[in-house]
Amino acid sequence: MGKHTVQLKGSASEDSRLSAYFKALGKQKMLMLMSLPFLAWVIVFKYIPLWGWTIAFQKYRLGRDIFDQAWVGWDNFKYLFKEQQFYLVLRNTLVMSSINLVMGFVTAIVLALLLNELRRIAFKRTVQTISYLPHFISWVVAANIVQTALAPEGIINVLLLQLNLIDKPVLWLGVGEYFWGILGVTEIWKNVGFNTIIYLAAITTIDPTQYEAARIDGASRLQQMWHITLPGIKPVIVILLIMNLGHILESGFEPQYLLGNGMNVEYSENLDIFVLKYGIQMNNYGLATAAGMFKTVVSFIFLIVANNLAKRLGESRLY
Amino acid sequence: MKGDDTMLKTKSTGFSSVGDRIFDACNYVFMIFLIFVTLYPFINMFALSFNDANDSIRGDIYFWPREWTLRNYAYVFNESNVFYATFISAARTIVGTIVSVFCTAMLAYAISRPEYKLKTFISITFIFTMYFSGGLIPNYLLIKELSMLNSFWVYIIPGIIGVFNMIVVRSFIEGLPEGIMESAKMDGAGDLTTFIRIVLPLTMPALATVALFVAVYQWNSWFDVFLYNSSRHDLSTLQYELVKILSTSDTGSSAADQYADAQGGADIVTPTSVRATMTIVASVPIIMVYPFLQKYFVKGMIVGGVKG
Repeated sequence: MGKHTVQLKGSASEDSRLSAYFKALGKQKMLMLMSLPFLAWVIVFKYIPLWGWTIAFQKYRLGRDIFDQAWVGWDNFKYLFKEQQFYLVLRNTLVMSSINLVMGFVTAIVLALLLNELRRIAFKRTVQTISYLPHFISWVVAANIVQTALAPEGIINVLLLQLNLIDKPVLWLGVGEYFWGILGVTEIWKNVGFNTIIYLAAITTIDPTQYEAARIDGASRLQQMWHITLPGIKPVIVILLIMNLGHILESGFEPQYLLGNGMNVEYSENLDIFVLKYGIQMNNYGLATAAGMFKTVVSFIFLIVANNLAKRLGESRLY
Repeated sequence: MKGDDTMLKTKSTGFSSVGDRIFDACNYVFMIFLIFVTLYPFINMFALSFNDANDSIRGDIYFWPREWTLRNYAYVFNESNVFYATFISAARTIVGTIVSVFCTAMLAYAISRPEYKLKTFISITFIFTMYFSGGLIPNYLLIKELSMLNSFWVYIIPGIIGVFNMIVVRSFIEGLPEGIMESAKMDGAGDLTTFIRIVLPLTMPALATVALFVAVYQWNSWFDVFLYNSSRHDLSTLQYELVKILSTSDTGSSAADQYADAQGGADIVTPTSVRATMTIVASVPIIMVYPFLQKYFVKGMIVGGVKG
């Protein structure tokens, strides 16, 4: 194995930097063997689909050769921006991802702060382990649980009836207006525990003498939480917020697809489902690709803007 | 270290005011509520899956089965689709995890070597894909052009390397003491030997994280089944079978009904009990595994969160 890297020293002296570079590279055959197949893989599976964006400028027909498609310029985009349905799904996407972003952040930070205040380590560990569980469960199982809980005879209706908050069972998933709320709560249920990991890690880096000083000054636990712990994890919060801003058009796909139905479609359908519907089910590949491309490009712009914003705020940059 | 000790001491012996005690009490009550809300759905599904289906119709099954039976499970597994789908789910999880972990580690090792001339180029090429992706349609057409539709390998090959996972492993390898790899080089070990004999064993904590993430992803996947393999019933997975039950459950004749009706089984099982049983079957492997890998994935999340 060592033969590839331990190589005879070339005696001829090359002037050009480039040939020195290739000579050095020539000694790294094993490293190349270990990495170049994956470079080929990433080009095939990640970059060729990028080239597939050209479909957005074509009237793509199945069965015809890829090089033999009719070019239509910006027609697909023009059609897309005229389509009422597109604005509806865009609204749904933005609302649902904003709910996820805000609620996800607030709940995870609050839970991390509260977990940090638990003094019994064994209890804290137990709560943490249990709270990670829903994150690892598939969306299919989660959607199944939500559907069961929200069924007419499900636990939610039973509880609300017992408490006399409603007179008859509510068909929760049958009312479009409830969908965003249901989705928001489900997302929190699924991910709040897992999202605390990074904040809890950040909390451990806070200098403990700060708490001591605060204690001597007579600060209560809540005050310490507010004035020491929260500012202590502020940089992490800002970085994560920026990372997530780049994903503002990623409202998720599985929960909307699995919990969506004919009755709540006006609120549940997002960009990803729109792409699936037009592309795979209606074979309008050009339009669907245009919508997908719109999503990626806008996401990237968001990320750049957010990154510059963070730089100006003096926080560490992302890339 | 010294700081940690001080904090422990003040936390355990420090006096607490009335306000702090009220806060503590509320906090504990809240945590118990959280545990309940997280676990109840699973407990309920568990109870329904082990309760006699006809008895479940009477309702009021919450925490524990009223009339124990194994018939729901026997029924679900006798249904050939589910049995075979469980096998495919397990196969893609095992094969996918092994292949992906090994490949991710190998690539991460190569681009962690400071002397490697293509290190930066390859890293950037991979990281770029985190921000841009072709999207659903181009990906679908690619798989079609590669003749990978209706094959088992479509579950494995497109997901060999996860960029996030690669970053986690690379950071971990870069954190290993350089001396170890240097001395291996001195002893004449090449890169492949160094990787397999030295780096791989030392990287186990990071690889455990990646293995968990990949295994969970593989076990939970259904969209690729739906998109690429929906015409091959023998390549269906457990999760996809559950999707079929779910997506038709509000219409009159649901897939769950069909499950229940097939072989005249309507009087033995009901859609509710079939759903509960399959939910448990689809969740149990995960519930059994993730707590044991907790310390690894927590570390992995922190490394990935900071560097990613």
